[in-house]
Amino acid sequence: MTETTGAIKKATTHVIQKEGLLFEGSRPGRIGYSLPSLDVPARSESDLVPTDLLRSDGLEGMPELSEVDVIRHFTRLSTWNYGVDTGMYPLGSCTMKYNPRINEKVARLEGFAGLHPLAPDSLAQGALEVIRHLEECLAAITGLAAVTLQPCAGAQGELTGIMMIRSALKDRGNARKKVLIPDSAHGTNPASAVISGYSVETVPSNPEGGTDMEALNRMMDDDVAALMLTNPNTLGKFERNIQAICQLVHDRGGFVYMDGANMNALAGIVKPASTGIDVMHMNLHKTFSTPHGGGGPGSGPVAVTRELEPYLPFPRVVRAGDETLRLDFNRPKSIGRIRAYHGNFGVLVRALAFILTHGDEGLKEMTQAAVLNANYIAHHLKDTYEIAYPGRVMHEVIFSDKLQAKYGVRNADIAKRLIDYGFYPPTMSFPLIVPGAIMVEPTETEGREELDLFIDAMKSIDREAAEEPELLKQAPVSTKVGRLDEVTAARKPVLRWRPNDR
Amino acid sequence: MRYIPNSPGERLAMLREIGCAGIDELFSEIPASLKLQGAIGIGPAVSEPELAEFFRALSARNGSDYQSFLGAGAYSHFIPVIIDSLISRSEFLTAYTPYQPELSQGTLQYIFEFQTMVCQLTGMEVANASLYDGSTALAEAVLMADRVARRTKYVIADTVHPQYREVVTSYSRNLGVTVDYVYAGESGRIDPAAIEIDKDTAALVIQSPNFFGCVEDVAALADVAHQSGALLIVAISEPLSLGILKPPGQCGADIVVGEGQSFGIPMGFGGPYLGLFATLEKYVRQMPGRLVGEAYDHHGNRGFVLTLSTREQHIRREKATSNICTNQGLFALMATIYLATMGRAGIQEVAQQNLQKAHYAASKIAALPGYDLKFTAPYFNEFVVKTPRPAAEIVESLMTGKMIAGLPLVDYYSDLGDCLLICVTETASKQAIDALAAALGGLS
Repeated sequence: MTETTGAIKKATTHVIQKEGLLFEGSRPGRIGYSLPSLDVPARSESDLVPTDLLRSDGLEGMPELSEVDVIRHFTRLSTWNYGVDTGMYPLGSCTMKYNPRINEKVARLEGFAGLHPLAPDSLAQGALEVIRHLEECLAAITGLAAVTLQPCAGAQGELTGIMMIRSALKDRGNARKKVLIPDSAHGTNPASAVISGYSVETVPSNPEGGTDMEALNRMMDDDVAALMLTNPNTLGKFERNIQAICQLVHDRGGFVYMDGANMNALAGIVKPASTGIDVMHMNLHKTFSTPHGGGGPGSGPVAVTRELEPYLPFPRVVRAGDETLRLDFNRPKSIGRIRAYHGNFGVLVRALAFILTHGDEGLKEMTQAAVLNANYIAHHLKDTYEIAYPGRVMHEVIFSDKLQAKYGVRNADIAKRLIDYGFYPPTMSFPLIVPGAIMVEPTETEGREELDLFIDAMKSIDREAAEEPELLKQAPVSTKVGRLDEVTAARKPVLRWRPNDR
Repeated sequence: MRYIPNSPGERLAMLREIGCAGIDELFSEIPASLKLQGAIGIGPAVSEPELAEFFRALSARNGSDYQSFLGAGAYSHFIPVIIDSLISRSEFLTAYTPYQPELSQGTLQYIFEFQTMVCQLTGMEVANASLYDGSTALAEAVLMADRVARRTKYVIADTVHPQYREVVTSYSRNLGVTVDYVYAGESGRIDPAAIEIDKDTAALVIQSPNFFGCVEDVAALADVAHQSGALLIVAISEPLSLGILKPPGQCGADIVVGEGQSFGIPMGFGGPYLGLFATLEKYVRQMPGRLVGEAYDHHGNRGFVLTLSTREQHIRREKATSNICTNQGLFALMATIYLATMGRAGIQEVAQQNLQKAHYAASKIAALPGYDLKFTAPYFNEFVVKTPRPAAEIVESLMTGKMIAGLPLVDYYSDLGDCLLICVTETASKQAIDALAAALGGLS
């Protein structure tokens, strides 16, 4: 293995445990739970519920495990994962930054964790204050007038924003038919537009990576409800024409939606409202450090101008005459409710803790350090990997596999070999307009040592591509499993365990 | 700033190394007129001890210590302590979507286990890796039925959770869908004979146990739907009921959605929660959300991967089955650990305790002068009580004794001003139940 040559500096081979499925470790009669005894007189089940409504399979197939079995099982599974606590996790557009533990602690306070969502307002003053305070902070950060914290993720925020635009346009007399979306946009953008009842047209990017203004001018007509764009965009570039773009769209009666996934490049430097946008979402699990948790939960707050405020989802937190906070459901122009209760409240607590920890200066420092780290990587790798859109980058840099392709090596091979070097690979093959894309976002919470190790690893992999491409093709060799046959997995999907699988 | 490893001095050195005189150079592409001149307006940084105290004070202003008999889609259950220990492991907490399966087998395997147990509990054939919560899962089911049935009418029971119905309305209003309601009969359940379904109906949507706590006759309702070629969608907001009740998958449901909060997730003022989504194999390609499947490497080692991704937004974009990307991964892990820890015996025992305690409470309360059970249908751990005075007043009075007696239904059903929805789970001691009955009795 190459690790003996010293090229791989960050990773070792370390013995990890095998572990089957819960059901494979299940043994009849094992128990892992503890409940107080029933303290009311027990009646016969069939006296309480008719037999034909009762379950008769005794939960066959559900596991029987001791507490120790459960601890061992999940502990072992965890050792097969890589988290941002393990090392740099440079997934472009995901902003994998440190998840502060003080945030975890405050989110677990019993007054938050144990509170029922339908508790009377008088018993939820602390929770309502968290909502009010976070809305205020996000309004300050964005420069916009009002914020909803109900959406559970960025995609749901996008849906909320486009639905609000639709309602506002209907009030003006015509909901219109189309949404314009750049070719570099995240897939959730068009998917969200369609659920709102719009069709999608794609706006091309220009050679510098910005929106093609001439194309936009041609495409922006009376049938277009909105332009959705990401700023800085997924190519890592600040949209320099943003004010002209907003002007153009507004002049023709449309709205501008900003996908705020890349706020880690802007917070404290630019308030998006000043660019002219009407509505945007943010991702609390990106810019604001809430844990990604293996695929969520997230939160996608939406901020809007004064004009769009009436359309926000209900309920809103408002101050009553006696200065207490209460939920206001009297919102006649609201798009309605987009989720039961109040959104991902536990995520909101964590984000508020993060924002207050940083304060004004800290947020600005965060953004500056994130952009510096990305430019540091871009500078040191620009002669090794092609940078799709040269020049200064913002918080992420897009490389491609173009220079390595001549060795028969693709971005996926580079990604898999990076795993052997002890890194989680960057985002691959996104945005779609960059063939062989490798999108690197270090965030501000990486130190120089880790960045240097990443740069070294990428340079070493480039050398391996030229001299020993087989090392890339066979990678990863250091993980629990090698490359998995995803084609067969999709052709004959096995999506659950069954008892006769034993 | 302690989360930024490079000190200011190190950052300056890095800037010089890449040929910049100062940090502002890296933002030179941004027009000067757009740059923020002053502070954001949040205030100064707060130290860790001060932050902890700030949130402690906020937390103390919530009445989570009241004895609560609230249910209505969020349930108080005992949460095994090992759940928090295990999900706090960094490799679970701080990982992301398992795009690189070789480095994410922990996440992928637990999702596979989660999908399996959702199928086992609901009696369905395939389940996804989670949606946001029960309400949005129901909305996604309605959108899916639209795709599967290619029809645009829905019949929805008014005993489906009112907030779930509001979310369905928001999601479907721009898609040319029409909704008719069917109303519960005096029993508290939907009468199959009262349903009007025709060849334009995509689906009948019900909840069981319903918002009133009543168990619906799911099999009969499935027959009504299927007779006209419509799908049956069943929502479950209290899935612990599946420890005792016959699952919808064994009664003919086509899509089952649910709220997984009862599986080891704190009530947390409403979120994060856990959307459950399960259906029949024949509909798998129309399912929203992520799916994890078994796969093998070239050595024959079994592993797990995200699969059937061509349904999803990152591939299919505007033609995707849903716009969902980030879902509720860590909370699916919490539920998986809960179900593994409680296990076959524990799920049944805890469900049994819910059933027994709720029926004990209902009997005691119904015996009080002026109080009665509103409905006659079977129930699991929630029931509606007719009160001698407006239910909202009763709840208000009992709060002085640090008790939340239940949910007055008048805000959701204007003709039910004298109705109180009471939930009794395994966390309510006999003492607490007796105290509730005594307090209610003292008011009539």
